[in-house]
Amino acid sequence: MEQTPGTGGPRAADPGRPPLIAPGYTSATVTDKISAVVLRGTPRWWFAAFGAAFLLVMLLLGTLGHLFLKGVGIYGVNIPVGWGWDITNFVWWIGIGHAGTLISAILLLLRQEWRNSINRFAEAMTLFAVACASLYPVVHLGRPWVLYWLFPYPSTMGVWPQFRSPLVWDVFAVSTYATISLLFWFIGLIPDLATLRDRAKSRFAQIVYGMLAMGWRGSARHWHNYESAYLMLAGLATPLVVSVHSVVSFDFAVGIIPGWHSTIFPPYFVAGAIYSGFAMVLTLAIPLRAIFGLKDFITDRHLQNMAKVMLATGLIVAYGYLIEIFMAWYGDNRFDVYMSLNRMFGPYAFQFWSLIACNVVAPQALWIKRLRRSPVFLFVIAIIVNVGMWLERYVIIVTSLHRDFLPSSWGMYSGTVWDYSTFVGSIGLFLALMFLFIRFLPMISIFEMRTILPEARVEEARK
Amino acid sequence: MSHRNDLESARERLSRSRGREFWRSLEELSGDPAFQDLLHREFPRHASEWEEGLDRRRFLQLAAASLALAGLSACTRQPLEAIVPYVKLPEEIVPGRPRFFATAATLGGYATGLLVESHEGRPTKIEGNPDHPASLGATDVFAQALVLGLYDPDRSQLLLELGEIRTWNAFVQRLQAALRAQQSQGGAGIRILTGTVTSPTLGDQVRSLVTRFPKARWHQYEASGRDNVRLGARLAFGESIETRYDFSRADVVLSLDADVLIASPGSLRYARDFADRRRVRGGQARMSRLYMIETSPTATGTLADHRLAIRSVRVPRLAVALVAELGVGGTSGSPERLADDEARFISSAAADLRGHAGRGIVVAGDQAPAAVHALVHAINDRLGNAGSTVLHSAPVEVEPVDQVASIRELVEDMRAGRVDLLAIIGGNPVFDAPADLGFTEALLKVPLRLRLGLEEDETSEYCHWHIPEAHTLETWTDARAYDGTVTLMQPLIEPLYAGKSAHELLSAFLDDPPRTGREILRDYWRTTAKAADFESFWRLSLHDGMVPGTALPPKAATPEPGAAARALAAIRQAGATERADDDGLLELNFRPDPTIHDGRFANNGWLQELPKPLSKMTWDNAAYIGPAAAGRLGIASGDVVEIEVEGRKVIAPAWILPGHPDGAATVHFGYGRRKCGRVGAGIGFDAYALRTTGALWSHPGAAIRRTGGRQVLACTQEHFSMEGRDLVRVGTLAAYKDDPEFARKMGEAPPKDSTLYPGFKYEGHAWGVAIDLSACTGCNACVVACVAENNIPVVGKDQVRRGREMHWLRIDRYYEGGPEAADAHHQPVMCMQCEQAPCEVVCPVGATSHSSEGLNDMVYNRCVGTRYCSNNCPYKVRRFNFLQYSDETTPVLKLGRNPDVTVRSRGVMEKCTYCVQRINGARITAEKEERPIKDGEIQTACQQACPTQAIVFGDINDKDSRVSRLKAEPLNYGLLEQLNTRPRTTYLAKLRNPNPDLERG
Repeated sequence: MEQTPGTGGPRAADPGRPPLIAPGYTSATVTDKISAVVLRGTPRWWFAAFGAAFLLVMLLLGTLGHLFLKGVGIYGVNIPVGWGWDITNFVWWIGIGHAGTLISAILLLLRQEWRNSINRFAEAMTLFAVACASLYPVVHLGRPWVLYWLFPYPSTMGVWPQFRSPLVWDVFAVSTYATISLLFWFIGLIPDLATLRDRAKSRFAQIVYGMLAMGWRGSARHWHNYESAYLMLAGLATPLVVSVHSVVSFDFAVGIIPGWHSTIFPPYFVAGAIYSGFAMVLTLAIPLRAIFGLKDFITDRHLQNMAKVMLATGLIVAYGYLIEIFMAWYGDNRFDVYMSLNRMFGPYAFQFWSLIACNVVAPQALWIKRLRRSPVFLFVIAIIVNVGMWLERYVIIVTSLHRDFLPSSWGMYSGTVWDYSTFVGSIGLFLALMFLFIRFLPMISIFEMRTILPEARVEEARK
Repeated sequence: MSHRNDLESARERLSRSRGREFWRSLEELSGDPAFQDLLHREFPRHASEWEEGLDRRRFLQLAAASLALAGLSACTRQPLEAIVPYVKLPEEIVPGRPRFFATAATLGGYATGLLVESHEGRPTKIEGNPDHPASLGATDVFAQALVLGLYDPDRSQLLLELGEIRTWNAFVQRLQAALRAQQSQGGAGIRILTGTVTSPTLGDQVRSLVTRFPKARWHQYEASGRDNVRLGARLAFGESIETRYDFSRADVVLSLDADVLIASPGSLRYARDFADRRRVRGGQARMSRLYMIETSPTATGTLADHRLAIRSVRVPRLAVALVAELGVGGTSGSPERLADDEARFISSAAADLRGHAGRGIVVAGDQAPAAVHALVHAINDRLGNAGSTVLHSAPVEVEPVDQVASIRELVEDMRAGRVDLLAIIGGNPVFDAPADLGFTEALLKVPLRLRLGLEEDETSEYCHWHIPEAHTLETWTDARAYDGTVTLMQPLIEPLYAGKSAHELLSAFLDDPPRTGREILRDYWRTTAKAADFESFWRLSLHDGMVPGTALPPKAATPEPGAAARALAAIRQAGATERADDDGLLELNFRPDPTIHDGRFANNGWLQELPKPLSKMTWDNAAYIGPAAAGRLGIASGDVVEIEVEGRKVIAPAWILPGHPDGAATVHFGYGRRKCGRVGAGIGFDAYALRTTGALWSHPGAAIRRTGGRQVLACTQEHFSMEGRDLVRVGTLAAYKDDPEFARKMGEAPPKDSTLYPGFKYEGHAWGVAIDLSACTGCNACVVACVAENNIPVVGKDQVRRGREMHWLRIDRYYEGGPEAADAHHQPVMCMQCEQAPCEVVCPVGATSHSSEGLNDMVYNRCVGTRYCSNNCPYKVRRFNFLQYSDETTPVLKLGRNPDVTVRSRGVMEKCTYCVQRINGARITAEKEERPIKDGEIQTACQQACPTQAIVFGDINDKDSRVSRLKAEPLNYGLLEQLNTRPRTTYLAKLRNPNPDLERG
């Protein structure tokens, strides 16, 4: 375990930038500090926090039990608004997952070393967000027990899914995404699991971590194979960052409903996904680094970088909103014009303007360096952006459907208490998984942190 | 021993006995007390009691066993039932092939001929009898909903005396005893109360009753009665005369508040004739013209070329003005003071009527005062319409009476204690008698109260004896149509709950022993028909659904001289007591509910969930007011208001109805049922509480105040403007003559080749529908027909409020023009069966796919319920089973379902199929007969029910089919065709024929 080959390139630290890790750390102290979170006794607050999240999971299970007994009619969906909170939540959670893949894969390929301290829990967040997201396509079905008909399996009846439907593309996109994310996360964990195995005191922990470490001994061959696999997976995951949310946006763009039928959806959905994903990473990172005293690893420079990504993607999203309205006017289609006006001044105007306030106006504060540097402020902005992105999906789905072509069929939509409890429950599921993760697995990649230590640079320089 | 099986011990006992021992029963066998104990125990040992010294192991064994047994019993949810095939197949019955029987349905006494579809003895669907003059194959909503009424699980099922179950014989004995007591006084204490009776047989029975008990009295009362029509005829002609109309010959029609095309005897026929006179086809551009003067907006009013909305108090004034304008003899005097628009309307209409003398119709509504009817008779006589378009005959009713006077007399007799025995046959007077009569209190003074009713309702509650009435489809009876044609009504099924018909009840009064309904009917017609061969007469009449030669011949009837003058005097006299206009009160109009009529259909879920033709409200009634009055009173739709009339008050939700005249409000009676089945009880408010004998149809001074409350009403359509979209294309006849293609130019249809992909090829058939918007009256018959044909579930008020009604076919209604003089347009919308269907592409499992004949087939079994297809449907015609809507547990409801259509379960999407089961039925028949399917052979359920034949279905690959010819009309256009969905359902633009004189003004 003495060898620590670098994943980062042989670049000297830029003297003009603040360091990615506070000074004074060695390989050993980094390892101590991160593994201690896992190997020390469980703090009392953890039980309270996990307990609270677990109660929300129970709420989710209770809701789903009621749903499976009664039917999807317990939600607020109706004709004309066939999708509501369910698909809003689906898109929201999927979007949140995107930051993880972006950080782990694209930033890895681009050799952005600052990612090393946040990639692990961003990946975990991705995984848990995808888990929450994939709940919704199941529960929104009228007959969830025949979900498997959406998968192309060799049925004796010779019946296949209908491959022209974006929902089938969704199945492929999301399941691929979940698989790659899981593999990527797990492979990234292997060296650290071995570290935990070696350091664990209890026999039980040694066995469990030992099994999960899959015989990792840290040999040069191991590192060589590991590096190739990790890079290959990064290469595979990179297109997914773009493809998954593009496919999700096809659910809408392929439809002929005004407000859905738009070619700008794929890029603007991807930008939105990254936007909300980074907001969620910030939402999680800021309290975590405070609680576990990890400010030396997740430094203010990390937060600043993420804030910059948020600002950039936020502007792309704002451009998307603008172009939608512009195209409605420019295209001079009666239905599109009505849809845009209805969004802005119709019964859901409050949601629309809240979304603009959250997603377009609020992030402009990030232009100011002083605010970018304030973790408290960033936390607030991140929460606002999370809310805003949820509202964006709600507005796209509900305002487009509730007044489409025939005024005779226009209607209104609002969620029911079951919609709320499913959503709150899925947040509980996410938090519960997150709490389990930070308790039992290293939330920061130990070995990757070691590569950005000054001593690693010295070794590289010597070579 | 205690652990051994009990039966084993019995066997052991048997084996121990020496020699041959015979035993007949276990009782005999069980000599000893231990075995006796076993016999008396309900369960064998071990299941019934704990034994002493039960150890842990034993306890766990038992617990496990009971758990396993609980699982076993859960697997046997299905009740045991035997499937017994016909041992001897009855002649003509082929299982799976429906048979049709002719009968009739009555409403307010008047019959409409029906053909009822019967599957293995279960009536499942009502169709009109194409040969019957009042139907011509069409039906109204009430007839369509009869099937559900028959299978209503809340129907009265028991013969009760004060809540105790009794037999029919016990009842007959009790009745005979009461009759013996009456014999000595000539039946002076006997009263019979019925609705309007047109049944010759029933009339004969009542007459026999009066012969036997000379002092017995027969009263008739119908809440939605036609007293004004009867009194008007008597005022004009001095005798009871029935009037019917021939719209097929009428060029100009003026309706004085008459919903003549929807809600009058013969309205199905009138609507058909009216629509035929207005069909513009193949360049033949001739239409009749309808002038409508009305108070409460009606569906007939939506068809009018000119509509004048006025308070009902103005109707007599306009009738007087019309009389003056036409110079009807013997009517002179000071001219009426009219508003400008009223004066122009009347003078234009009068000029038009004069210009089409003999080819016009003036008709007054049931609620217009008798004097107006008398004036209308004078006008029709003067214009020469009488005898041409307006036909008079002897009355259709057995005994036309002033029904309000009749029930008032009954109440007076009851109050004075002159009534000993009252039989209430049908009706529901405790609920619907005028509020000022005090019917209920008077009723309680009658010592013996009998009641024959379909349900245990408010009236049954106050009667000693309740006898379950046989449903129309269970009864042998007869009735006359609007033109007098008699139908012998045959039962489709044995009474489900041993119900009795009115005939059988009266027979209990007359005969000993009582005869059955069939005997009564046959006996009457054997003596009446005087047919040489009674059996063939009987069979022919039953088969055809009509007794030949029973239509009442038209007869000349001339108004008595001076009748018009007397009517004018009556109107002037009524006008003298008219109140001032500016006291802040509103005129309150009473109308029967468009879907549950006078309340008798309150427990019918199909009719409750049927949107009212104009407000699109379901499951409720409301106080309708016009936009102007609403603005003045500060009332918004859904506000709860208190309506006060002469100290009587009700609380009602208000609803703003465009086109409703200012200064007036309308309430529909029939709701607010207190005792009724589970469906209809306790919904809506009871407008009868305000309805008095003095103001049966309209009260001049009602106070309407907001209470501050709000009520959410369940409407299926909430937005009534077309938002400038070319959804219903409307033009005038003149515009059509200028440019027959005008409707096509209102939209932009994309060229056929504007797609990258090759289109489907439709070899063989390609089904399509054309809907003539000029003909659609918005009567809703198609909607209920669709519900009945396709097993469409009722979802209830709460679900409708959430936007989850299941109707595959809906009638969209849009308003055009100002709020007061709004023109309403109806547009039936079902699945468009798009050739490039947005729904098909997005279904992830291919549950909706394109058939070779162009239908968007819905595969229920395959549907997983993503609802994507509905989201992507621009017409929003898809319906989703958000919950388990179909009642799969009530056995009696299963009988009424169409066996050819799947009953959908929760979580699947459904929609209009163009009645694919009928298409396939016709295909099978045609293949067996080795011939192609003929045009017109397949009728969709909506098409079949439509009174005006607005919906035409057929093969568009066949260029000579009716539907192809309609689609070739220049008026034909596709809804939202700019989306390039290529809908198979298309519309013929709505044409109006306004009077140029009025239009210019």
